[in-house]
Amino acid sequence: MNSNNVIQAEGLTKIFGDFTAVNAITFEVKKGEIFGFLGANGAGKTTAMKMLIGISLPTSGAAQVAGFDVFTKAEDIKKNIGYMSQKFALYDDLTVKENITFFGGIYGLSKVKIKIKTKELIDDLGLDEVANQLVGSLPLGWKQKISFSVALLHEPKIVFLDEPTGGVDPITRRQFWEMIYRAAHEGTTIFVTTHYMDEAEYCDRVSIMVNGKIEALDTPKKLKEQFQVDNMNDVFLKLARG
Amino acid sequence: MKLFIGFVTKEFYHIFRDKRSLFILFGMPIVQILLFGFAITNEINNVDIAILDHSKDATTKEIINKISTSKYFSIKQHIEREADIETVFKKGKVKAVLNFEKDFSKNLIKDYQATVQIISDATDPNTANTISNYVSSILQNYLQEQNKGIKINYVIISQPRMVYNPELKSVYMFVPGVMTIILMLVSAMMTSISITREKELGTMEILLVSPIKPFQVIIGKVFPYIFLSIINAIVIVLLSIFIFKMPVQGSLFLLGVESVLFIISALALGILISTISATQQTAMMISLMGLMLPVILLSGFIFPISSMPVPLQIISNVIPAKWFIIILKGIMLKGVGLQFIWKETLILFGMTFFFIVLSVKKYKIRLE
Repeated sequence: MNSNNVIQAEGLTKIFGDFTAVNAITFEVKKGEIFGFLGANGAGKTTAMKMLIGISLPTSGAAQVAGFDVFTKAEDIKKNIGYMSQKFALYDDLTVKENITFFGGIYGLSKVKIKIKTKELIDDLGLDEVANQLVGSLPLGWKQKISFSVALLHEPKIVFLDEPTGGVDPITRRQFWEMIYRAAHEGTTIFVTTHYMDEAEYCDRVSIMVNGKIEALDTPKKLKEQFQVDNMNDVFLKLARG
Repeated sequence: MKLFIGFVTKEFYHIFRDKRSLFILFGMPIVQILLFGFAITNEINNVDIAILDHSKDATTKEIINKISTSKYFSIKQHIEREADIETVFKKGKVKAVLNFEKDFSKNLIKDYQATVQIISDATDPNTANTISNYVSSILQNYLQEQNKGIKINYVIISQPRMVYNPELKSVYMFVPGVMTIILMLVSAMMTSISITREKELGTMEILLVSPIKPFQVIIGKVFPYIFLSIINAIVIVLLSIFIFKMPVQGSLFLLGVESVLFIISALALGILISTISATQQTAMMISLMGLMLPVILLSGFIFPISSMPVPLQIISNVIPAKWFIIILKGIMLKGVGLQFIWKETLILFGMTFFFIVLSVKKYKIRLE
């Protein structure tokens, strides 16, 4: 494995009964890269991601994440990655601080470390006034930012974001991408699924999944050239319509 | 350990910040116990009865007098002929008729025994049963007074004696049943709901992606409910001792150990339910239909198992609550030790073990 690759998948396949959800996908993600994982609903993005984060066992193929095999070293993978789901899953009935303490705890952070991280996070996001409020009372955009910061608490090598901007307004989305850039700049690899095509433009490289297969994989610029269109939306439409 | 404490702390936040959980946990046991103790009662008061006295001698008069002065019965009517019995029942005026045989006093002195027939209106079987029990206990009482100082023992009627509940207090029967229901409900339903809630909100996924192991998640989620269930058991026992004056005859320690065993079996069932349901509502429905109904109907809590049809009697054996109620009645009412209930304890232990193995297995499969 190339030491620059933090994710490497070869012929990764997941079959449910007689339905092939993910059909022999092969790709790699470089360290510090923002990798966009695109596809229509039901194309197999989430299934592929679940195999990479160690909660779903592949049917066949091979993959390594952060240098660990997905078949045998799922526990090691989990220590080295962060994950944020579509639901920004924080506990609504816990305060911001309590959420940070809890998630820091399950990643094995020490009390002192949790304290430092909590202060950092609250200062960074300007959460001073709401730090002791229940998360359930906060607007969606804030939950999303806190959720992302929580996924980065234990300083993972790679952070997986599953449609992180669903349902938030354009300005908040913009701010959220600034956070992603900052994390990537600090050396964290970002693996992000989305179906907002304007967001695809922000990625270093994107792959597009159609019916379980990766049909295109390159920088947004090259993909637009290849398909002779002006924007990623048209690239996607051309691919999806076959 | 640090991880465990963090997890349990978070779980307690969930419970104490949710008013509904709090009510189910602490309000319901108290309401149920009081409800069963006071309102839903098998005790009878001032039940109207009729007397058919074929002898009209000194003894029957004394007995009738004793019955009419008790607060349980009021004598509505004296009838003269057997044929009238059906008439008074049909009119619905009385719940029972006491039929004293001819030459009651003479028979008692000559043969040392005489017969009273207690005819009860069995359209309400529970009440009918209670009435006949009350009457026979009054008769027993009368005999005991008469037999004092006399060497010969007279017998009026042979009826099962109420050894364990001489005052026929229905609350004595309900406490073990209610305790079983509460522990089942709190342990199984609340855990299954709290686990499915994490699934529904998506936080379970986050937990599974973290390095924390599935069994740590389960133990962290279950522990607070073990703790709260034990508190509930204590509250119920205290209520029954101090409000209903129901003494616990046997060892409190044994009672505690058996309760913890039952709580764990219910928790394992809760985990099992959470593995097969995707939403909180499903978990709640399965808990209510799949656990509560059998516990109420088939455990012997309300309906005696011995009077069920054979197929239901067989089914009742697989209900953990049945065995727990036998154990509870044994310890609380009869004051027996482990040597009399080891069989039931062993069965309960086996069931608990089976549920734990099954739920652990099921939980792992779900992760793949």
